[in-house]
Order: sequence, then C-alpha cells, then structure tokens
Amino acid sequence: MNNPQLNSNGELIHLLSLDGLSREIIHGILDRAAPFTAVAEREVKKVPLLRGKSVFNLFFENSTRTRTTFEIAAKRLSADVINLNINTSSAAKGESLLDTVDNLAAMQADMFVVRHASSGAPYLIAQHLAATRRDHIHVVNAGDGRHAHPTQGLLDMFTIRHYKKDFTKLSVAVVGDILHSRVARSQLHALATLGVPDIRLVGPQTLLPTAADRMIEGEATGAPLRVCHKLDDGLRGVDVVMMLRLQNERMQGALLPSPQEYFKSYGLTPEKLALAKPDAIVMHPGPMNRGIEIDSAVADGKQAVILPQVTFGIAVRMAVMSMLAGGGTAQ
Amino acid sequence: MQSLPPASELIDQLADRLRPAITPATVLVGIHTGGVWVAEALHAALQLTTPLASIDTSFHRDDHHLGNGLKAAGRVSHLPDDVEGAHLILVDDVLYTGRTIRAALNELFDYGRPARVDLAVLVDRGARELPIAATFCAYTLSRPLPASQSFNLARAADGQLSFSLGEK
Repeated sequence: MNNPQLNSNGELIHLLSLDGLSREIIHGILDRAAPFTAVAEREVKKVPLLRGKSVFNLFFENSTRTRTTFEIAAKRLSADVINLNINTSSAAKGESLLDTVDNLAAMQADMFVVRHASSGAPYLIAQHLAATRRDHIHVVNAGDGRHAHPTQGLLDMFTIRHYKKDFTKLSVAVVGDILHSRVARSQLHALATLGVPDIRLVGPQTLLPTAADRMIEGEATGAPLRVCHKLDDGLRGVDVVMMLRLQNERMQGALLPSPQEYFKSYGLTPEKLALAKPDAIVMHPGPMNRGIEIDSAVADGKQAVILPQVTFGIAVRMAVMSMLAGGGTAQ
Repeated sequence: MQSLPPASELIDQLADRLRPAITPATVLVGIHTGGVWVAEALHAALQLTTPLASIDTSFHRDDHHLGNGLKAAGRVSHLPDDVEGAHLILVDDVLYTGRTIRAALNELFDYGRPARVDLAVLVDRGARELPIAATFCAYTLSRPLPASQSFNLARAADGQLSFSLGEK
C-alpha cells in the first residue's frame, strides 16, 4: 500500500498517523527524542536544526496544550512559528481548507502542524501538496477528528519506555471513551506495533466501537486486544494505565447515564488502582476531568506520570519536526 | 599510508604535550565518539582529578541537508556544571575539515562562556575547510588524505585503540 507519510526511500516526510509506521521507525523517533529532553536543561534552550524554517500551526479546532507544546518544540529548534486560529479567520469567512493551505504555502511555509475536527484533513493537505509538487512542505497531524493524534501516541510510548523499558513484557489498559478518541487509536497502533502482548480496552459498551477487539486489525498481525467492560478486570495486574478524557464535545445522544454514574463504574480511584501492579504508572493525555474519569488522589498521586508526559511531549515533537524538516532520518 | 605510529604511542605523546598546560581546574572534553576514547586515555595518563566531560555535536552540524542526520541514539553532551569561566580542552581523534570543531564550539557556548578553550587531537589529516587549528597535536600527516578516504579511530573489544583507513 502506498503510504503518503514515507518517501521512496522509506523516510518519513509527513507524520499523519502511526498506522503503517514500522517498529523501527517508531523506535527511531523515540531514540531521537531522548537527547532533546536535555536541551531544556541548558543555559541556551535552543538548537539550530530548524533555523530559517517557518512552521505554521493550523488549528481548526481548539487546543491549548498541543498547540503550545508544538510551538515550544518548534521554537527550541529555532524555527519561526506562526499560529493561526482558523476558527476566527479565513475559514469563518468561507475559505476552503486547500485555499488556506495554498495561501500559506505562498508565504514560504516549510511545515504545517494541523488540527482539524474532520478525520483525514491532514491527509488531504499532504495529498494536495504532493499533487502540486510541493513535497518540500511537511505536514504533521496534531489531531484529526476521531482518527489519529500521532504525536500524542508517540509521547505516550516515550513515557512508557522511559519508565518500563521493554514493551514486549507489558500489560496495558486503555480506559474510557475509546469510541470518540483519536488518542486511543494512535496509542493502540503504537502499542501493537511495539509488541505489547496484553492490551486491554476498558469502557462501557456505549463508549467502545463495535467489534472493538478488531479496531486495529491488519496492523500488527493478531493484535492482542481484549475488551473489558468491568474496570476491575481491565486493571488487574497491569503495568500501565492509560486514561482517556470523556469527550463531552463529541458525544451525541445519551451514551452515559450521568458523569457521577460513570465515575462510580469507570473512575480511577486509589482503590481501583490497587488492582494494578504496585509499580504501575498512570497516564492521561489531558485535559483531565477530575472526579469523572480520574480521582484527584490518583491524578496527584505517586504513580501518576501525567506531567512528565507533557514535558516528554516537547522532546518528541522536536524529534518529529527535526526529522521531517531538519533533513535527518530515522535510521 | 604514511607510517603512522600506534595510537597508544600517540596518546602518550599528546599527554606529554598537554601536561604543562594543565591546571587543577582544567577539564578535558571528548568529542563523540573517538574523541571520548582519547579523552579517557589522556585523563588516565595525566591522572586528572576533574571529571571527564563529553560533547555531542549533532545539534550543530552543518550537513543535515546532505543526509547526515542525527546519529547514535541517546547521545548527549555531559559538560561541567560551570562552563562559565572554565578552562576546557576539546579532545578529538582526527582533525580534518574543522566543521566538527566549529559545531563543538557552538554546542559548548550553549552552556556558558568558558575562559579558554584549547583543542587537542591525535592526528591532523589536513584539508581544512574552516580557519581552525589544534593547540596540541601528536602527529600531522605530511600529505593530506584524499576526501575519498575515511580515517577514524576504532576501539576493539579489549579497549585497544587503533586507526583505520578505508574507502568511503
């Protein structure tokens, strides 16, 4: 299958999804991110890998954390960063997505970081750039609809690798609103590709896709997804608990009785977490709904690595952007 | 190949040249990867008490566009806590175009402003492309090696250092 993310040499030119990226490429990105974690501790928190490049943050959907960490990552690479909040600009005046892209390309953009409520929007941009022979402009998907959030998936893998080293011995629970979550889709592709032998999908039937155990079929052969409708079953003996946010803005219809009811069944409390391994880590992509999917005692507890995730996210985004536009490759 | 003394002999010679310049505060900074090996050997030969430092130049290389991406995973610089005002001696195995040294100096100054930086190398292979010279050098090749040849220090499993010459 033609993978628009890779050039003919198998090098990454866009980051659109973790689906279709090999274990070598994913580990290559994580390896490359490691030295960038040290940049923040230097007197000069900048390296010149993207000096003279222009990175456009195209956010067609609201975001604070992701946009900010992309901005910090690009600035620490010495790029110029232009933030466009499209909701309040051209799109509101009726300009099409590709017209917006063409205009920004005419301003000598080198990279687009794109968030869009529609699944596939970053693909459309990448295809459009290829069709118009502007392959030197790179596209990073910063979250598209329910489809993918690859840099979140990568920073989550970086975090797991940091604390747990070896993926091939881990039990991982992904808990919550999997149906609406692009984060979950990216996490699952990465976990399966990296060889995690026990992946559990935990949530109520209404927040899981139909045939959830086959949601990444065709990726890693026989992806070991297991659906658990009871939180206890999902957490028992796991090394990593990956919580998801309840996505109120994406919910249509009555999928949940009430947030209080959800917390009773699926909220991560210290008592529930005690079912996992004693050294299990708790992750959350943010923003957290305290008292809905996660108890404050867990969110602020010793096992939570939620703030390190944010810090690692900068290094991972620096690695991705420098690989795409800095001329370096994964291998 | 011009007759090159063994690496261990060159390290002893370089140590002799460095000895008068060493102060109690001098820090050796090996440039990854070959320079780190040389710096380790010099550190032992000179019986230095200051911790050995190392520097990775990947972030400041000028040839990323030529396909020389960031190499070796997880390699980072380990520099003294107070680069400000320090006497540092950059150590490398081979001095060639000078581009690595330029990158190392840029990396160094991301950490502070040293009082003085010297450069010590085992072998100068010539063909400089930047106005850079070594302060201490154990051996200078009488004729520069052609660009088609690679010339690097290698370390065997038993820790023995030796130079290897090859076609790129």
